[in-house]
Formats: sequence, structure tokens, C-alpha cells
Amino acid sequence: MHTTFHVDSDGYYGPYGGAFIPEILHKNVEELGACYLNIMNSPDFQDEYQELLRDYVGRPSPLYYARRLSERVGAKVYLKREDLNHTGAHKINNSIGQVLLARRMGKTRIIAETGAGQHGVATATVCALLDMPCFVFMGETDIARQYLNVQKMEMLGATVVPVTCGNKTLKDATNEAIRDWCCNPSDTFYVIGSTIGPHPYPDMVARLQSVISEEIKKQLLSKEGRDYPDYLFACVGGGSNAAGTYYHYLENDKVKFVSAEAAGLGLESGQSAATIHLGREGVIHGCRTLIIQTPDGQIEEPYSISAGLDYPGIGPLHAYLAKTGRARVEAITDQEAVEAAFALTRLEGIVPALESSHALGALMKFRFNPEDIVVVTVSGRGDKDMPAYIEQFPTFLKR
Amino acid sequence: MNRFQKLFKTKNSPVLSVYFTAGFPKIHDTAEIIRQLSDSGIDMIEIGIPFSDPMADGPVIQHSSQIALNNGMTLPLLFEQLKDIRKITDIPLVLMGYLNPVLQYGFEAFCTKAAETGIDGLIIPDLPMREYLNEFQGIVQKSGLENILLITPETSEDRIRRIDANSHSFIYMVSTASTTGAKKDFGEDTVAYFKRVKEMNLINPVLTGFGVSNRKTFETACQYSRGAITGSVFIRCLQQTSDISKAVKLLLETLHS
Ligand SMILES: Cc1ncc(COP(=O)(O)O)c(C=O)c1O
Repeated sequence: MHTTFHVDSDGYYGPYGGAFIPEILHKNVEELGACYLNIMNSPDFQDEYQELLRDYVGRPSPLYYARRLSERVGAKVYLKREDLNHTGAHKINNSIGQVLLARRMGKTRIIAETGAGQHGVATATVCALLDMPCFVFMGETDIARQYLNVQKMEMLGATVVPVTCGNKTLKDATNEAIRDWCCNPSDTFYVIGSTIGPHPYPDMVARLQSVISEEIKKQLLSKEGRDYPDYLFACVGGGSNAAGTYYHYLENDKVKFVSAEAAGLGLESGQSAATIHLGREGVIHGCRTLIIQTPDGQIEEPYSISAGLDYPGIGPLHAYLAKTGRARVEAITDQEAVEAAFALTRLEGIVPALESSHALGALMKFRFNPEDIVVVTVSGRGDKDMPAYIEQFPTFLKR
Repeated sequence: MNRFQKLFKTKNSPVLSVYFTAGFPKIHDTAEIIRQLSDSGIDMIEIGIPFSDPMADGPVIQHSSQIALNNGMTLPLLFEQLKDIRKITDIPLVLMGYLNPVLQYGFEAFCTKAAETGIDGLIIPDLPMREYLNEFQGIVQKSGLENILLITPETSEDRIRRIDANSHSFIYMVSTASTTGAKKDFGEDTVAYFKRVKEMNLINPVLTGFGVSNRKTFETACQYSRGAITGSVFIRCLQQTSDISKAVKLLLETLHS
């Protein structure tokens, strides 16, 4: 039997996905499901989207052959440089697409959730550019941790709405964004930041990020004479940069996927965000997927040094890629990620985001054949993570 | 005839259904709250199963859910507390909760246990009609429970008809585009929507919930539907006094004055 890794007409990837939403959102989500493909495939949308990706985001992002890193890991390693995008991560590919879509659907108000603030900053940026009112929900704990991003969003004209319920982090910010959406279903478009949420969001976000693998194909062809690598490495929080990295290779069995999730202090520590390793099937934020939860079905607060991987669920595509064995999933600890970040910085002069460092951590642990061609997506740059890296200076900067 | 049908058949005046969160304010209040509500003439009770991430609820029910969880409420404990509930009351009892805790208990085990306990119906706000029909309807029907579906101002007429056709108890009419919580008043648009639904002459009785919080909203709800559902207001009464019978009195005063 041929397994497809694309979403089916009911919004499922195997057993995962669906749209488990309150009735008040039904019309909204149904409308979006009915029109997103038509709009995204229309020449009018594509022209505007592609132009912004090129001239505003700075795409295509380079596919950089990392010579010294290659020597270190014993394979031919390319880095897909999403860190060089405007606003410093892959998130903007998605935000631009969704806000353009919202405008075409006649929506006049944008809301978004954010954890570390990367998706919030990307969405606030696009809303400034396209002159749309923007409300970003952010847990109070994260506001305190990521204050610079809060100020950036405010400078961009967005309203940052502090979320005080639950643990005051990403999961609670997402709840609060959904509640706002329930209260304003007719004029508001919810720009979700990853391949999560009710159908069609996981597929829509994957398509908007698929520019990553589309470019990898072209870039590899010109550099290697073939348009596919042996391995793709990406980190997964909700799974959007990984979905974009894998998208055009989903049905190509020659390409192996390695997804890095955040093990935090370790899989057994009780302080982890490794959803695929530790989660059980359930429903969160409108979709059926793997979730870190108690035996009673209460969602647990995950932990990772990286705020962008700190989500108790996982995109349904990734739950399915893992279940079918299509993707290999590595749980990378805080320590492994930080070590990989310092290694990349010293080998290549690139300071990666802590999220991306998990993909690099998985790369460093892997055993390759010397002729293997490997692409690692560096989903973002490390500027936002400097305080966390500085804390590690005593360990890594001693002679 | 199920307990819902009996209620709507015999009662001519407006029906009042009250929601509370199991495990709030104290872990072992469940049976006593049900007894007091029932004794004071409330027609139906919705027993809320607390969840860590209640995305359709406003601050009051979020807060009561968090306290209930901190108190240690779980589904097995709730069923234990309810095991003799049919010795206390004969009014319709509904379990209301989000899908995830129910899935972890096991959807079928949950329905079987609920039916055995004497529960009449389920409200799962994040289980929409399509998902319900595709995957869960058979299980619910086999258990003898009724699944209660919601309609909202955003629900099309055609969809309301389909929800009506798939309901065998009552329809939960969400008053406004909002989460749960008090409103002082229902605006013109809301009343127009109530009228529109009333004029559809649905097969099932309709109860109005979300925002019913005082005499005005209660009366408007009852004018256009068979009655009202109230939740956040009762939770607030329970916050004001630890005496449950006083809290029930306070609720009735609030809705009638
Ligand atoms: C740089 C970076 N990479 C990765 C992620 C994780 O998200 P996703 O798994 O959707 O790519 C984030 C999220 O904030 C991020 O900022």
C-alpha cells in the first residue's frame, strides 16, 4: 500500500489531525478550508507572496556548504540558512502567507500566539508592512523572559496581550488566542505560528514553509548535480521548519528525515519537551496528535532551554511521520544543543538559534558515510538566545 | 422516554439548567451541590469535568477548573462521587467536559461508566458534529447517553437543521460569539438571532447559554427558547459563600431580581 504523507480530504494524516474546535469557529475554519488552496494557488496571491519572499524576506536563503562542519561530522553538510531571513527565522515565510490570505478573505484584524516571540515579531512585522491591526498573545512568564521581542513587537505597532492563565507560557497564549478568535469570529484571522491547530492550519503552514525544500532542490541540483540529499535534519517544536524542509521530499524514499525534538534535561527527568518520545495520543488546540499529558489527560507544561520547542503537542504530520517510521526522531538535551551551538559558532562563524541547535545536536550525534549529502535547516539566528549562551561562557570559553 | 424528553414534556414554564465545576470549591462538594440544586427546583444540572486548557471558557470557569484540578479532581474520582447520585435526584444530569480527558479515560469506557452512574447526556464543546458523527456517535448511542450539540450565531441555518436532526434531547444555543461568562445584556443582534432560531421551529427544544447572568438576560433567553443555562454566575456565588445552600439561593436571587 502506498502511504501518502499529505493531508487527506478530512484533514487527517493517518490517525492524526482533524478539526476539534468549538462550534463558534466552525464557519471560520470551514471557510478557510474551502478557500485556502484556491487562494494560495492563484496567480494574484503567488505574485505578491513570491515578490515579498524575494525582496522583503531576502529569499532564496543560501544553501551553504559548511566545510569545517563537514570535516567534523564526516559527511558533506549543507546548511539551509533560514537564519538569514528578515526577522531572523523561518517564521516570516508563514506569517506573510497567512496575512496575505487573511486580506483576501476580507479579514481586518490579525491575532497570533507567541512563545519566545519569534512568530509574534514575524507577524507584527508583516502587519506593519501590510497595515493590519495585530494582537499578539503572550504568556506573562514569556514576556518577562523575552522582553526585547515584546518591545520590538510594540515598536512595530502590535498590541502584546499578556496572558495570565495557567503557566503563562505558549500553551496558555494559544488558548487565549483561540478564546479571542471565538469572541471575534467574523473579522479576525488567527495566524498560527506552526504546523499545529485545526485542519487546514497544519497543511496550510506546511505549504507556506515548503519554499524551503523547493529551494533546496534547485540549490542542490546546481551544487551536486542531483536535486535531493541523503539526509535532511530539522528541529521540531510544532514542526513548521521541519515540514517546510521535508515537504518536496515527503514521497522520495531516497531522502531520510531526522527530526530533533527537545529533550530538555533528559527524557527521564520530568523536565522535557520531547513530545514524540513522551507523548500519548490526545486532542490539543483543535487537533489530534501526540501530547505530553498526565494519565488523566491534563496537558503538562513542557520544559526546554529553547522557548520555541517548548510546546506540549506536535504537528499531526510529524506524529504521523514518526509513527510510520518515515522520520527518525532524536531527543536532544539542552546540553547537547548548547554544545552544538558553540561548535557551529567556532567552526563556521554562525550563531544559531537554540531551536536550530537541536537539529545540529542531532547531526553531531549521527554516523554518516563520508559520501553522504546532508542538509540541516538552521531555522533561526541566535541573537535572541545570547543571554542563554552567555550563561554557558564559563563552560565553553575557558581555554 | 429519556429524562430530557420527560422534562420538556411535563414542564411548561422556563427550564433552568445550572453548570458547576466538579471539585470546586472543595473536592468533595459534588454530591452536595447536586442535592442542593435539585432540592431548590433547578431542572437540570451540568457537571463540569475540569480540564487544564478550557479553550471555550472565560476567566471564571477557567479559574474554577484550575482550583478543581489543584484539589485533585479526576474522572475516576468524579464517577466515585456520583455513584449514588440517583438516590439523591431524578432530574437530567449532564457531564460537560473537553475531549482530551475523556479520550484518556477511554471514550467507550467513559460512556459506559457515565450511563451506569445514571448520567443522561454529554456536552463536549471541542467535539464538533462531523467528528462526532464519524467516530463517536455509535459509541454514545450504544451506551444510551445523549450527546448534546451546540449552535451559535455563526451556525448556518442548514447546519442548525442537521444538528437538530442529530439531537434527541435538546439543543444548546450559545448566545453570542464569546467564551463562557457573564453579560449584562443581550444586544439587538443577539435577540434577532434568538428570533431566527425560534422561527425555525426545531424538532428539539432549545436552551440558551453563555452570558445568562441576571434577570434581564434570563428572561430574554426564556422568551425565545425553552429556558436557560447558567454557569459562571453560579461559580461566582460559590466563591462568595462556602455555604452551598446559600450559594444556590444567591443564584436564584440573581436570576430573578
Ligand atoms: C528559530 C526557530 N526555530 C524553530 C522553532 C520551532 O517551531 P517549528 O517547529 O514550527 O519550526 C521556532 C519557534 O519559535 C523558532 O523560533
